Amino acid sequence: MREQLVLLDNVVFKYDGQEHNAVDHVSFDVFKGEWLAIVGHNGSGKSTLAKLLNGLQFPLEGKIIVNGMELSEESVWDVRKRIGMVFQNPDNQFVGTTVQDDVAFGLENAGIEPEIMRERVKNALKRVKMDQFLNQEPHHLSGGQKQRVAIAGVLALQPDIIILDEATSMLDPRGREEVLETVRELKEENVLTVISITHDLEEAAKADRMIVMNQGTVYRNGTPREIFQLEEELISLGLDIPFSIKLAKSLRENGVEIEDRQLTDGELVKELCELNSRM
Amino acid sequence: MMEKMIFGRYVPAESPLHRMDPRSKLLMVFFFVCIVFLANNTMTYVILGIFTLVLIILSKIPFRFLYNGLKPVFWLILFTLFLHVFFTKEGEVLYSIAGLDIYEGGVRQGLFISLRFTYLILITSLLTLTTTPISITDGMEQLLNPFKKLKMPVHELALMMSISLRFIPTIMEETDKIMKAQAARGVDFSSGPIKDRIKSIVPLLVPLFVSAFKRAEELAIAMEARGYRGGEGRTKYRRLRWQTVDSLLIVSLLAVTVLLVIFRT
Repeated sequence: MREQLVLLDNVVFKYDGQEHNAVDHVSFDVFKGEWLAIVGHNGSGKSTLAKLLNGLQFPLEGKIIVNGMELSEESVWDVRKRIGMVFQNPDNQFVGTTVQDDVAFGLENAGIEPEIMRERVKNALKRVKMDQFLNQEPHHLSGGQKQRVAIAGVLALQPDIIILDEATSMLDPRGREEVLETVRELKEENVLTVISITHDLEEAAKADRMIVMNQGTVYRNGTPREIFQLEEELISLGLDIPFSIKLAKSLRENGVEIEDRQLTDGELVKELCELNSRM
Repeated sequence: MMEKMIFGRYVPAESPLHRMDPRSKLLMVFFFVCIVFLANNTMTYVILGIFTLVLIILSKIPFRFLYNGLKPVFWLILFTLFLHVFFTKEGEVLYSIAGLDIYEGGVRQGLFISLRFTYLILITSLLTLTTTPISITDGMEQLLNPFKKLKMPVHELALMMSISLRFIPTIMEETDKIMKAQAARGVDFSSGPIKDRIKSIVPLLVPLFVSAFKRAEELAIAMEARGYRGGEGRTKYRRLRWQTVDSLLIVSLLAVTVLLVIFRT
């Protein structure tokens, strides 16, 4: 039985002075403990979805229910305690002058007692493997490290859900790997439900489920395996499919008999090795 | 370069003065600035001198750093000294050159005023050399807390200060990047007449401001998403601890004040 955590019901949102709805009658749900990736090209409404989920914007129509609470002006601060967010730019979300001050920022806002705060800051930083950097200043950290501190800031508040809003798009490949690895570990420990908003399909391939957004509507909703079957359709939406899938496809076209769809580079390598040993 | 100016001020060390509460140090500087004006004879200046010297020794700050603090105002001190030496006409004539009489009172007065300057600068340098900017901010927030009743936005001011401190290196880095980008497009920052050089700052400032505003907006959203809703009901992660040494510092300062009142003429 999957436990429903977030529900969007016919949500409509339009920015002031714009003709089209940025989010147009969108409905979907998010289950406890899953990793949901929301993908789409620029202007598909995926970032607006993130803002709606966290009450930074309110829908014009429809409703959003988080953990049994309907999102409204009154409940927004309670909902924010349940949802943590990591944004795109590592610098512009670092509030504290040092790593520990930054992690404590959310706790200070929530009015947590200083003794408990210390404990939670330490634990959260240990989780993201940044506990060696307690007194480090942000300009001495790499982008990936800053994003991990941002994740620690979310963890310290012990939320149910973490939203990654393009959180890896400004990082170098190593930083990206660090951040995704951290998120994956947290998800496996069953602490968090992850909603990652991204245009990087390699990242989305690691998710349990994918939602493809196009022009403010849900275009497809399914497992990465199902979504990547769409190949041409995805490309026509302005999305690029992962390299491993592209390679598998052209191999198949050229008469190499490989089975099923391989999602990650690792899976493809394994498949090819097996094929090689059979020949 | 700016980074050196602001962050290079703090000298980390293990000393009683470093361990003190920023509040007691701020109070000490404030009171010292007031009582320095009580001194008016040799005895009282010696008392203040001993107090300053004891603090310097306690701080374990190498003399080099204090000298660096004094350097920019060195000429000002010399200037006041000479002004008094030549223009104060009190007491006996000590010496006369080219029709200018130098009086005993002038020399005394000149030396006293220069000493007063030196003490003030040494004491304020000691504060910034032994306290991190963030602790000074925290200390000020705590000290100004009573003024909240008068509707003074104490928490907001302190937050503004700490965010500014946090963003100085980020903005410096960005300035450097934009300067290089503009230099690559042929902007010359370092030569030519002053007028041209000032003009060449415009293509640096415009992108810098645009990005600073963008940062501010994103930071505001991030802060809101992390539950920031003003100072109400907020707790503090950093706690200031008033220890015995802090009380000792204030008591010794009071003792100095009493001595000054007794010995001044």
